[in-house]
Amino acid sequence: MAILVDQNTKVMTQGFTGAQGTFHASQGIAYGSNYVGGVTPGKGGTMHPTLNLPVFNTVAECREKTGADASVIYVPAAFAADSIMEAIDAEIPLIICITEGIPVLDMVRVKRALQGSKSILVGPNCPGVITPEACKIGIMPGHIHRRGSVGIVSRSGTLTYEAVAQTTAAGLGQSSCVGIGGDPVKGMDFVDVLELFLKDDETKSLIMIGEIGGQSEILAAEFLARENFGPGKPNKPVVGFIAGATAPPGRRMGHAGAVISGGKDTAEAKMEAMKSAGIHVADSPASLGSTMVRALKG
Amino acid sequence: MNIHEYQGKELLRRYGVAVLDGHVAWTAEEAEAAARKLPGPIYVVKSQIHAGGRGAGRFKDDPNGKGGVRLAKSPEEARAAAEAMIGHVLVTKQTGPEGKLVSRVYVEAGCDIARELYLSLLLDRETSRVVIMASTEGGMEIEEVAEHQPEKILKVHVDPATGISGWHGRKLAFALGLEGKQVNSFVKFVEAMYRAYVELDCAIVEVNPLVVTKGGEVVALDAKVSFDDNALFRHKDLEALRDDSEMDPKELDAVTHELNYVALDGEIGCMVNGAGLAMATMDIIKLYGSSPANFLDVGGTADAARVTEAFRIITSDANVKGILVNIFGGIAKCDMIAEGIVAASKNLDLKVPLVVRLEGTNVELGKKILAESGLKIIPADNLADAAQKAVAAVKGA
Repeated sequence: MAILVDQNTKVMTQGFTGAQGTFHASQGIAYGSNYVGGVTPGKGGTMHPTLNLPVFNTVAECREKTGADASVIYVPAAFAADSIMEAIDAEIPLIICITEGIPVLDMVRVKRALQGSKSILVGPNCPGVITPEACKIGIMPGHIHRRGSVGIVSRSGTLTYEAVAQTTAAGLGQSSCVGIGGDPVKGMDFVDVLELFLKDDETKSLIMIGEIGGQSEILAAEFLARENFGPGKPNKPVVGFIAGATAPPGRRMGHAGAVISGGKDTAEAKMEAMKSAGIHVADSPASLGSTMVRALKG
Repeated sequence: MNIHEYQGKELLRRYGVAVLDGHVAWTAEEAEAAARKLPGPIYVVKSQIHAGGRGAGRFKDDPNGKGGVRLAKSPEEARAAAEAMIGHVLVTKQTGPEGKLVSRVYVEAGCDIARELYLSLLLDRETSRVVIMASTEGGMEIEEVAEHQPEKILKVHVDPATGISGWHGRKLAFALGLEGKQVNSFVKFVEAMYRAYVELDCAIVEVNPLVVTKGGEVVALDAKVSFDDNALFRHKDLEALRDDSEMDPKELDAVTHELNYVALDGEIGCMVNGAGLAMATMDIIKLYGSSPANFLDVGGTADAARVTEAFRIITSDANVKGILVNIFGGIAKCDMIAEGIVAASKNLDLKVPLVVRLEGTNVELGKKILAESGLKIIPADNLADAAQKAVAAVKGA
């Protein structure tokens, strides 16, 4: 089971012959994922110089010839929105955009293009999606993962690795890990990913890692209170953490979306909402694993 | 990126947004000359800094005097007002107690005000659309209105597929109680604002107050304009509007080296890869009883040169009593980071304790490089261990 990707997922890469596309496709292949080809406009009809996979001029052609059902995007920020929209037009079911620094008004248009489309988007500005020992799409270090029972969803890349390492060390492992990215306008949000995890039998517990800025974590907490906790509900234990408790208001902390802009988007407000929903809030980013072990003991 | 009021108004004017005539002045003499070019009889002299609350603000060397925005009834009075501002430090609610040095003023024509309103355009992240916000409470901080009178904030969202349309402005205009020719003037104003917002890739355009004149015209009395940093690559001409003097010098230094750095007031300098982990590292330092001196994300493509620059910027802060390096390598490779740490320690002659935690891609290679360097580095096994050792090191120092 797991969510979004598994050993049958056929992965294509946009920005395939560039340095990033090449390196991370090779890592994904080494991990055992099923990479089938990619797109670099102008290089269609050739083979990738090092990966022995076909290169196409358009996403539509790549999908038609390879049967790709997921596309990962490493195209530079200035052109990334265009690449996402091309993948939407080609009806790629799962689009994962790793690119950082896309202009926000470009993403506003992308978000509109997703409405009513056949695609879902993960990212941008995210590490990608991995189902351990089956399929790795993105830039996360594969070797820290173990197949297991914890579903992880996070706005931050390296903090996801922290949660992965700690759940691996605790012997729990992960069902799937989804980095939703640090931008204010993005594809899947916490609620969308949590919904999939609640339905997934392999996922026995959840870790969600948020940060300051925006209302997503509050909405996620309300969603879990409604759909996860209570009689007749899945009641999967959830551990949460919010980064940025010490961040000063009004300052953008690296991620475009990580800025306290007044009101309910502070770490404190989010942790409070999570606690009242029944989520076990880790007091430290170093205790994600141990908090989960305690939560599982009930 | 933020710009000054007079720059924002100049840009908005190009899109057809109604603003008053005015001129920037760098000296008191220029301010007097600027006033002479305006019709009079009322002039407004406004301190130009990247912070709001200027009218209610006070100058550091004259705390009981007048504020950072003053009325003048003659060019001579405009000169005197500019004299009291230029070269003086203005403290407002938004500048913090240290205030900001005023290097220029904007001399603007006065106008007959019938009503003061509020109007802004910004991104609404919950709907992923541009939202136009308006309020009858002009001149008040919108955050305060949102907290105490949320019903007074009107919002209309713009669908990016269809763009701005007349009804957006009309809906707000009638809700604000505008009438007669005011409505049309307001609708035009809103359409021009939206075009400017989208074409310039703005992050926020805020006009507070927006005034309705006794003649029924709608005019921007103030303008706060900031841009989406991610989109500046396609607006090279806007780069000229950047005012480096408004930035913390360490942050300015960091920007030129493509480092994400925010200066804070603690004692442990941090170098981390990834924004989320960098924030979490700050949080855990606080949890163990110390405080972070900065936020610093070296990014995924960090090499030895960038690590050296990061160390130089961290150690240029005199408050730093210790450094914590926390790297969880994904794209970033631990061996590259380790080489950077060794090079930086030798070049910069580090005098404060250095705690290093490496994890992820090429971690063994990285640890080996550090161990063989002969440097006095305190190695840490995990995040908690690293934070505890860093706090212990600065408390013991």
